[in-house]
Amino acid sequence: MATPSAPVFVARDLTKVYTMGDVQVHALRGVDFDLSAGEFVVLLGPSGSGKSTLLNILGGLDVPTAGSVVYRDHDLTTAGEAALTEYRRDHVGFVFQFYNLIPSLTARENVALVTEIAASPMTPEEALALVALGDRLDHFPAQLSGGEQQRVAIARAIAKRPEVLLCDEPTGALDITTGVVVLEALTHVNRTLGTATVVITHNAAIAGLADRVVRLADGRVVAVEHNAVKVEARSLSW
Amino acid sequence: MVRPRLHLRALTRKLLRDVWEMKSQALAIAVVVAAGVTMFVTYLSNFDSLVRTLSRYYERQQFADVFAGATRAPGPLAARIGAIPGVDIVDTRVVADVTLDVTGLDEPANGRLVSLPSPGAPALNRVLLRRGTWPDPARPDDVVASEVFCEAHGFGPGDRVAAIVNGRRRQLTIVGVGISPEYVYSIRPGDLFPDNRRFGVFWMQRAALAAAFDMEGGFNDVALTLAAGASSDDVVARLDRLLEPYGGRGAYTRALQVSAWTIENELTQLRMFGLVTPAIFLSVAAFILHIALTRALALQRGQIAALKALGYGNRTIGWHYVQWALVIAAAGALAGVAGGAWLGAKMADLYNEFFRFPMLDYRVSPGVALWSVLGSLAVAAAGALAAVSRAVAVPPADAMRPDAPARYRPSLIERLGVARRLPQAARMVLRTLERQPVRALLSMLGIAAAGAVLVIGLSFIDVMDVLIDEQFMQAMRQDVTVTFVGPRSADAVHAAARLPGVMAVEPQRVVPVRLRAGARHRTLAIIGLTPDASLQRVVARSGAVIPVPPAGLVLSRVLGDVLGVTPGDSVRVEVLEGARPAFDVPVAALVDDSMGVQAYMARDALHALLREGRTVSSTALKVDPRDLAQLHLTLKALPAVAGVAVREATLRNFRQTMAEHMNLIIAFNVGFAAIIAFGVVYNAARVSLSERSRELASLRVLGFTRDEVGRILLGELAVLTLLSLPVGAVIGYGLGLFIMTIFNNEVYRLPFAITAQSIAWSWLTVVGAAALSSIAVRRRLDRLDLIAVLKSRE
Ligand SMILES: Nc1ncnc2c1ncn2[C@@H]1O[C@H](COP(=O)(O)OP(=O)(O)OP(=O)(O)O)[C@@H](O)[C@H]1O
Ligand SMILES: [Mg+2]
Repeated sequence: MATPSAPVFVARDLTKVYTMGDVQVHALRGVDFDLSAGEFVVLLGPSGSGKSTLLNILGGLDVPTAGSVVYRDHDLTTAGEAALTEYRRDHVGFVFQFYNLIPSLTARENVALVTEIAASPMTPEEALALVALGDRLDHFPAQLSGGEQQRVAIARAIAKRPEVLLCDEPTGALDITTGVVVLEALTHVNRTLGTATVVITHNAAIAGLADRVVRLADGRVVAVEHNAVKVEARSLSW
Repeated sequence: MVRPRLHLRALTRKLLRDVWEMKSQALAIAVVVAAGVTMFVTYLSNFDSLVRTLSRYYERQQFADVFAGATRAPGPLAARIGAIPGVDIVDTRVVADVTLDVTGLDEPANGRLVSLPSPGAPALNRVLLRRGTWPDPARPDDVVASEVFCEAHGFGPGDRVAAIVNGRRRQLTIVGVGISPEYVYSIRPGDLFPDNRRFGVFWMQRAALAAAFDMEGGFNDVALTLAAGASSDDVVARLDRLLEPYGGRGAYTRALQVSAWTIENELTQLRMFGLVTPAIFLSVAAFILHIALTRALALQRGQIAALKALGYGNRTIGWHYVQWALVIAAAGALAGVAGGAWLGAKMADLYNEFFRFPMLDYRVSPGVALWSVLGSLAVAAAGALAAVSRAVAVPPADAMRPDAPARYRPSLIERLGVARRLPQAARMVLRTLERQPVRALLSMLGIAAAGAVLVIGLSFIDVMDVLIDEQFMQAMRQDVTVTFVGPRSADAVHAAARLPGVMAVEPQRVVPVRLRAGARHRTLAIIGLTPDASLQRVVARSGAVIPVPPAGLVLSRVLGDVLGVTPGDSVRVEVLEGARPAFDVPVAALVDDSMGVQAYMARDALHALLREGRTVSSTALKVDPRDLAQLHLTLKALPAVAGVAVREATLRNFRQTMAEHMNLIIAFNVGFAAIIAFGVVYNAARVSLSERSRELASLRVLGFTRDEVGRILLGELAVLTLLSLPVGAVIGYGLGLFIMTIFNNEVYRLPFAITAQSIAWSWLTVVGAAALSSIAVRRRLDRLDLIAVLKSRE
């Protein structure tokens, strides 16, 4: 729905090589990737194809071995540790496969972790209401189900009103019903806040939600599809 | 669940909850910090309190700066002494040592009589009257007695003590009880330890004392204060020159005055102890903090990555974790300051017993408290920093990934094929230890540190035993030492041999001298011994008896160091009695003994130098124990006797004083060491429990019983504890040796000693602490929530 406009990310010829002893693992072998404002992209690909590596580089959690990645006017390729931290703090929201909530903090406090350091955040209560958890504010992660924890993670990611939302297998550990609730939360945020969103999944069914589907294999982009019509999360099945 | 909404930042809440989560571990660490800080505050605040009390006391009671004794100087000399440039106030006195016959005491005791101007208080070294009154000018036998002596005997005004004053038995009447800055530490000359039952100071009217010792119109002791900016060396030299014709025994400054000097040495030790011991404790605390944090941070790997992904910088995250350590250390340090306030007051009571001041008022020094808190925080931060920076340095992308399964392999013992039939649990224990050798080593060293502190604490007992053995069983084997009033002819030896019960007699010639080597000098007495003496001998720490050579001096190593001489060098000996000859004598040997400054020489060589016959100044006696009582009675009445030292009594007093004063200190050390042992072992156990909980829970799910799982975890701990025992003993030995070297001073050189028995006790304590923490951990293991552990991703 959001019309592709100014690019948020421009990544060119990204290469990532991990050296483990005398073995070299080529996680990315020259990937070009663009992301426009408000766009919803799904990354598909077999295990080990480099999806997480790409997402981590986009999110400033990792740097490429070669190639360039530019976020608006920030060149992430040459950015130092401090600049990357600032970039993550100001612009990116992350959702991880394993939620990565702080177990000793309540749902509200987990979100507050972000709102306390962001420039123009919503309140933790608002963010949690967006993922339909307004009534679980003071529960600790251990008191929440997997799907609820993932929704807290999404609330935490969107609370700062980020320009991009990067999600690594957000439904990987969830069943259909909870998976759908989580995806609804993501599409809702994408639509209402216009947040550019990248979602990694193994699940081809989820691809229907996207404006664009990028397929990776063996560290390369092997296919790009544009969905003329996006499916509603509610109607997904897998 | 509704929580009070204090406005705390989320990260602060996390800090508090995380620390609370590991509270028992945090407590174990905080207690070790507290123990270190308690010692620091106790020792150093006492140091400050003592320094403060002493300087005030010295000033108020006009404690002199320079002292000198003589045979008999004419009264008008005082004015000439006062005219020495740099001298402020001069006070002359009559001082005499006498034998006492104290009711309730079998053996004779020793008294020092010091003159008081009548009327009025002395110009210097003023006596502070604690009870009773000053002597009545009309009653020559009135005395003010030293407080420690009165306390030891339960004496007060009205009680009487018999003294042999210049050959005549006199009944002294105690009319007052007093203390003096000159006798804060009250010890009989030549003794190693104070004996308040057998040594007392009595202040007597000058007229009475002078009459008894033919000192009318004269004096035999002088004290003076220096004007601001005066050179004490200069004054001492001039004073010596003035007194020389009158038998001056060498002037000395306050720094060498027995009481002041002993206290100074005690203060140095106190400060050393106050710095060294807490340093050991705090390093151990830093060390276990490091291990505990390393583990806790490994558990928080994912959380650290998430915080980074959310935009928290390395500094913020690092500071967050360093705060864990700071919270724990701060809690420990505050408890330690409170502990120091309490324990320090107990220790001050002890000093009030041992030393006599108007009142040692103990205060925790704010500076010491502040430093101890800051020091603990710094040490804790240092312990945490390495762990934290390592954890924070992990790139966030890496930390997101689940850990690869740890790589195990058959342990060395298994590979060697020795233990094919080891039970499963034993194999798992061995593999774990071998897989993390550094961790295992660190835990083992932590437990060893506890053992080491125990060894040090217990070694104090052994050191005292060795000292007793050296002094009373090897070196001074005589039952009684009789000191004569001035040198006597050889007849005195024959007379002594005829005393009741005497089986052997060894005459000694003791000569007051000043030894000089270049600019360095010391005033002391050379003890002239018979070369084949079998009662009083010169014994090295090694137990070797050092024969006194026919010529030349044998010096204790401390004296050798003080004078800066070695065998072959020659020393200027200035005799301070009789014709006061001076000559150069070679140093024949240095003896590595436990005593302070000592000089020995063959008796005949001494006689030859002094061009005298076989004069004696004291004699060592071996006595049939059955006749001891009779001998005591006889000695009490002998006019020629100035002092009697009875080994049994000295030994008894020594042991009792030790029991009173050292036991408390030893109890502190041992108690604190046990705390360390528990803290370290408990922490090690908790760390391995948290590291292995997943694996252990899996085993439980697979059908292993609690016992079997417990054996795996506790087996590891048992192996580490056993390995730590010998290591701890070795570290303790090394540290003990080091501490003893620091502590040695001119009063004594303590040998370092540790017995197998003490090692066994230290081991038992460590094993006991390990067993206690095992029980605590085992109970945790039994309550392990299998589902929660397996569900959580690590
Ligand atoms: N830190 C690392 N060290 C070595 N190799 C790595 C590292 N991180 C990733 N790799 C390798 O890089 C390749 C791509 O990894 P990546 O995690 O991007 O794959 P993925 O597409 O996300 O796979 P999955 O769907 O299983 O999550 C893999 O072969 C992986 O083994
Ligand atoms: Mg991945």
